Amino acid sequence: MERILFGDNQFFAVNHISDSKSREQSIRFKDDSAIIKVLDDAIGAGINTFMCTTHDRIANICDIIRDNPEKYNNFKIFPCMPYAHKYANAVTELGISGTLKQYVPGNFFGSLFKGGMAFLSKDYEAIMELMIDAEMKMFKGINTPVIFLQNVITDLLLGLRAYDMLVAFHSYIKQKYNAEAGFITMNMPKLLSVLHKAGISNPIICASINKAGFRMSGGKEIYEETLKTKKFRAIAMQVLGGGAIHPKEAIDYICALPNIESILFGASTKGNIENTISNIRFFDAKNK
Amino acid sequence: MLKIALIGAGKMGISHLSILGGYADTDIVGVCDTSKMVTDFLTKHGKFNCFSDYGKMISETKPDAVVVAVPTKYHYTIIKDLLEKKIHVFAEKPFCLNYEESEELVALAAKNNVVNQVGYHNKFFGTFQETKRIAASGVLGDIYHFIGESYGPVVLKKKADTWRSDPAEGGGCLLDYASHVIDLLNDTLSPIAAAKGTLLKSIYSGKVEDAVYSLLELTSGQTGLLSVNWSDDTYRKMSTSITLVGTKGKLIADANELKVFFKEDNELNGYSKGWNVKYITDLQDGVDFYLRGEEFSSQLNYFVKAAAGLVPNTINNFASAAKTDKAISIIKKSSK
Repeated sequence: MERILFGDNQFFAVNHISDSKSREQSIRFKDDSAIIKVLDDAIGAGINTFMCTTHDRIANICDIIRDNPEKYNNFKIFPCMPYAHKYANAVTELGISGTLKQYVPGNFFGSLFKGGMAFLSKDYEAIMELMIDAEMKMFKGINTPVIFLQNVITDLLLGLRAYDMLVAFHSYIKQKYNAEAGFITMNMPKLLSVLHKAGISNPIICASINKAGFRMSGGKEIYEETLKTKKFRAIAMQVLGGGAIHPKEAIDYICALPNIESILFGASTKGNIENTISNIRFFDAKNK
Repeated sequence: MLKIALIGAGKMGISHLSILGGYADTDIVGVCDTSKMVTDFLTKHGKFNCFSDYGKMISETKPDAVVVAVPTKYHYTIIKDLLEKKIHVFAEKPFCLNYEESEELVALAAKNNVVNQVGYHNKFFGTFQETKRIAASGVLGDIYHFIGESYGPVVLKKKADTWRSDPAEGGGCLLDYASHVIDLLNDTLSPIAAAKGTLLKSIYSGKVEDAVYSLLELTSGQTGLLSVNWSDDTYRKMSTSITLVGTKGKLIADANELKVFFKEDNELNGYSKGWNVKYITDLQDGVDFYLRGEEFSSQLNYFVKAAAGLVPNTINNFASAAKTDKAISIIKKSSK
């Protein structure tokens, strides 16, 4: 993985600290061309990996990338699935089984329901595989070397102790897509311990890591300790703590931590992209 | 360690179960749901002890506390049964479909001395807690107007009916979405005493309202607006906000951000004349296990602590939720 990854929250009105900023972003990125322009700015600044949710609009971005193979020759996407709000809103309206009926492709699910018989573990894995395939459709022909499970699902399964489903995700991504599985989480130390116990010895884990301790469950100290002592490939996200930390101070903190392979950030302007990159390069050089 | 069980593993129930499962200090002794798809998953993958009959679950597993997350129309009967067995209860919102039942349960919980809480999670947002503190401190002067709002994308087109589209089962925007705002207003200022006029609008739903617009008067005499719409595509997810307009200042708060304007400097620490902005990162404490917002983890943590006698059972107790049920009925009546 590259040192710096470009994220997509800003494109889809995801702002963790301000609803009005989120509204402004939604207006600003109404057209796909506005997204592409910022992506091109990021590429121009030397970032070649875009880590994005499987939001419907990413399908359009994928079309543009496929249509311009020379321009996006080295470009990689790390898909993060699923775009949870699509399902969460559906569950509010349709319930859990209604949502699955709507989103799991084919007749598989319908036939299970009619039978009224017991569900087997392999049935749930099959449902997950069908859903992964549905989410991955939009990326056909695009280089996706790492495929992530979004934090709300990772952490849901973690809390439900359905550890074997996390392992099943990991295996299926490797087997079907010849890619590495990654896990986004808000509970990094706990997840890592579960994955290690399940035999995944060097997992890719993307977690909120920042000087403010924002969304670092259990506290900053246990995160720092885990980074120092445990084996895994860490991606730091929310490094600015939702904007709570001064950018220089935030990046200084991240770059000084051991074992962080990549830093994920999002920005809406060329200036902010370039500033963040130069901060990372500066503090990386300082820590060498 | 607190022995806890869950009745109803739908959207909220599964979420509560996962958060409880993420904590180290509860023992989840049973899960009850009527969906075989859900219980088979929880049995096979989560190793939970699952039941389809809650009575059987209670008698076999003997929990100290139960999370009730079934549709509201089943709350009264199930919760009454649990309270009579002296079991602590965390119930999803809204509490009951009519407030006479709510008040009966308030009395029963008090009589049997059990911890009781309802899932109005907004009260566990740092921004709304700060809003209540500022409102109570008097620094906004005479709060002569308020606006309570919530918008989100739940029902965006005409679709087949589910229980959520049946008012007799606790469906509709008033009970589902607006109850959160009503509960916040009740708690932040004072309970709603009257509705001067209410529009319950069906936009896409056949039998229930998709939007609630109401002019309210509180027991304190303060007046303001309630504006709630769950058919609004311009929001990515549910977004709730409170605006307080006073003679000495104005406050606007949502889950992430608190903006407050003061006409003059005042004694409130960390605030000064003009606009002040605070974010969730300034106001929210971290949690030990995060699933979908600190507020969801914090409210369960509070319940578990209350059951252990470590915190008072004051936030979101049945009495507070019964007032919300009463306000819902006042608003409903005024629309007719």
